[in-house]
Amino acid sequence: MRVIEPWVEGPLRAFLNESAARLTLLMTASGQVVAQHGFTRSLDVMAAAALGAGILASTFEIARLMDSPPLDEVAHEGTRLGFYLAGFETPRGRWVGLVVFGPETSLGLVQLFFGRLAADLALAAPAAEPSGQVLAENFEGELNASLRALFGR
Amino acid sequence: MSLADTLAAVTRIPGVRGALVVSGRDGLVVAEALMEGVDGRAVAALTGSVAGRMLGLTGALGAPPPALLHLQAAEGALLAAYAPSGLLVVAVTAPDVNAGEVRLALLQAAEHAA
Repeated sequence: MRVIEPWVEGPLRAFLNESAARLTLLMTASGQVVAQHGFTRSLDVMAAAALGAGILASTFEIARLMDSPPLDEVAHEGTRLGFYLAGFETPRGRWVGLVVFGPETSLGLVQLFFGRLAADLALAAPAAEPSGQVLAENFEGELNASLRALFGR
Repeated sequence: MSLADTLAAVTRIPGVRGALVVSGRDGLVVAEALMEGVDGRAVAALTGSVAGRMLGLTGALGAPPPALLHLQAAEGALLAAYAPSGLLVVAVTAPDVNAGEVRLALLQAAEHAA
C-alpha cells in the first residue's frame, strides 16, 4: 500500500483487511491519486485514475441531463473480477474510490466496507490547508515526491 | 407469492426483528422487511459471505449443501435458508424467539423464493 496523505493509511488498511479487495485506488474527483494498493506500475495507476474519474464524471453528467440525483456508485461484475467505483465527500473535497475484487469476496462486502472507509476518512481528515501557488520550478519536484510515495522509487 | 408476502410470513413470528431476501453470491439486498436499527446492507453482505463459506466448507468435506444456517449469539440470532436459485432468505431475531418456527418459515420461504 502507498499513500500520499499519511492519515489515509489507517482507514485504507482496515478496508483492505475487511473487504479482501485486490486493488484499490483513492483519488480526487479530478483524478489525482491519493493512495493505492496492489498496483505495481505507475502507468497502470495513472491510467486507472484517469479512467475512473472520467467514468464517474460521465455518470454525474448523465444524471444531470436526466434531472436525477447524482449517481455515486458504479459496479461491474465480470466472471473473474468485479469493479466498484464510488464517489464520496471528504473535508478535503470530493474523492473517488476504485476497487477491484475477486470471487473471494463480494460486491456487498466491498460496498459495505467502502461506506465505512468513506466515513472513517471523513473523521480522520485534518483541516484543509490553504493551497499554495503551484510554481513551475516546484512542480517537477512535487510530482517526483508523489510518485516516490506511491511507488517507492 | 410475492417477495413481500414471503418476508411477511417470517416477520409475523414474535421475536423476529427483520427478514431479507439476499443475493447469496453478491451479498446484496433483494427485498427486506426490517425493524428500525437493523442495517439491512450489512446483514446482507455479511450473511452472504458466511453462507458462501459454509457452502464451500460442506463441498470440501464432500457433504451435501446446507439447507439452513443458524448463528446464535448472546443478544439474538441470525438464520438463513438457502434457496435453490442462489438466493438466501434471512431472519434476524431476538434471543428468545421460537427458533423452530422461524426455521420452518424460512425453509418454506426459500421454496417460494426459488
